[in-house]
Amino acid sequence: MIGLVDCNNFYASCERVFDPRLEGRPVGVMSNNDGCVIARSNELKALGVEMGTPAFQLQPLVREGRIHLLSSNYELYGDMSARVREVLEEYSAGVEPYSIDEMFVRFDGFDRNSMLTLSRTLHRNVRKFTGIPVCVGVAPTRTLAKLANRAAKKRPEFGGVCVLEPNEVGTQRMLADTPLGDVWGVGRRLVERLALQGLHTAWDLRCADPRAIGQRYSVVLERTARELQGTPCFEMNDADDARQRIMTSRSFGRMTGDLNELRDAIRQHAQRGAEKLRHQGSLTCAVLVFLKSNRHRPDLPQYSPSTIVELPAPTNDSREILAAAQQALEHIYLRGYRFMKAGVMLLDLIDQPREQLSLLESEDDIARRERSQQLMATLDAMNQKMGRGTVRLGVARPDAAWQLRCAHRSARYTTNWQELKRLR
Amino acid sequence: MTVSAAQPSHASLARPHPAPEPCALPHPHITGRAGISGFPSPAEDYAGRTLDLNERLIKRPAATFFMTVAGDSMEGFGIYEGDTLVVDRSIDARPGHIVVALVEGEVVVKRYELIGQRPYLSSGNALYPPVAIFDLECQVWGVVRSVIHEYAV
Repeated sequence: MIGLVDCNNFYASCERVFDPRLEGRPVGVMSNNDGCVIARSNELKALGVEMGTPAFQLQPLVREGRIHLLSSNYELYGDMSARVREVLEEYSAGVEPYSIDEMFVRFDGFDRNSMLTLSRTLHRNVRKFTGIPVCVGVAPTRTLAKLANRAAKKRPEFGGVCVLEPNEVGTQRMLADTPLGDVWGVGRRLVERLALQGLHTAWDLRCADPRAIGQRYSVVLERTARELQGTPCFEMNDADDARQRIMTSRSFGRMTGDLNELRDAIRQHAQRGAEKLRHQGSLTCAVLVFLKSNRHRPDLPQYSPSTIVELPAPTNDSREILAAAQQALEHIYLRGYRFMKAGVMLLDLIDQPREQLSLLESEDDIARRERSQQLMATLDAMNQKMGRGTVRLGVARPDAAWQLRCAHRSARYTTNWQELKRLR
Repeated sequence: MTVSAAQPSHASLARPHPAPEPCALPHPHITGRAGISGFPSPAEDYAGRTLDLNERLIKRPAATFFMTVAGDSMEGFGIYEGDTLVVDRSIDARPGHIVVALVEGEVVVKRYELIGQRPYLSSGNALYPPVAIFDLECQVWGVVRSVIHEYAV
């Protein structure tokens, strides 16, 4: 069995842990330079505020005290995410962060009958220990675990926990209620094509012949169909939910502690991630870099750090993303540890057209942006024509300005001695 | 007077009983970090060679938070303005614990006590009387495991 633990309204929840006055209030978190809304509490969603809404449009509501808008506090979110992971690691050695607020937890070899009890324990302890509310979905495959998690989140009667057995009646009803667009890795265009064949729900796809699906559509969709039946086919990176985050990571052939090798790997991942980003027309707000030591070698010292570097403005420029990723790597690297895996995650993706140009932006900035777009387009075109990796970037500009406007950032309660919560 | 103070508003408090049973504190094997920056202490490698205060003060890194004391309300318990509190969220609060609590939207440090079988948050300063919490919106945020008092040198 495999579980998916998903933090509820993660950024807003992190803020609420230290500021109880935000509890039950509409809270939004803004992108770099306070451009647009990248995270919303349920209360803010209920007010009809969409993702990507420019912050200035919401100023009247802020002034009236009806909503709270905060600058993004990635140090806090990164640390809280690591804490959630750590609590989960008390229960399973197979915790795989899927994004900053979602983690797969492997329960290989666990007693199936105890899954519900265990899931409830995880649900309770993550909340109690870290203050972050989560939902837990458990099923035999990742695709089903995603759906179980969704049910745990949407249906109050589950109490935040859902364990899904593929052959139960309840499961059938649930799959029949799930439109295909809500299935992991099934994109909008595919939904339209499938609808023409009379396939509308997850249950329809589950009942289809996987081999026929594979021939007609793609191997990936064939695997999705098998996963819905309860046969595990996906590993972590196979089905990417690229609308929210892009992750590129790979295990090394052998463990390495060499900084140059790590730099190389991070460079490749960052570049590949930036390509994916441009391909889907998104911009990223922050870059997360992680390293993993080998948990199956308890004889070696363990160190699996991660950190987030916030970009000065949402971007899809490989050079900026690379520079941020390298900076993150230098920050977390420690000698004496050997790593098995390294990866780069691009967080808080927003659609390119929604990008809010900063009011302070000069003509120089605009010219630079245009040059950057041209350069990146050329880069992608060459790599597409002549094979991936034909043109690669070396070390990026070290002069990137990391000075950010973050007028409404909460304190870095867990990562800065000067900003600890003060109590009377 | 009957004691049925267990209202939902402070459901997170353990049911008070006069003599709390001794409770073993968890001592998990710490493979995590120092609790401040998300990274493990490099010193862990040298366990046995040197003493690490993190190891001594932080039993459960994922649930441990540092906070700063403001004001004089806890001086009677040896907690002074500017001190650093080591707060562990994984502990269930029992009477006698120093706790970080949320009281009507404010975050405070107080001692959780029973006075005449009723739950109170007490200050360590006669100027501030104990606050009865059985009819207040109140939640325990975490339990203070230790206080770090630094002298000017």
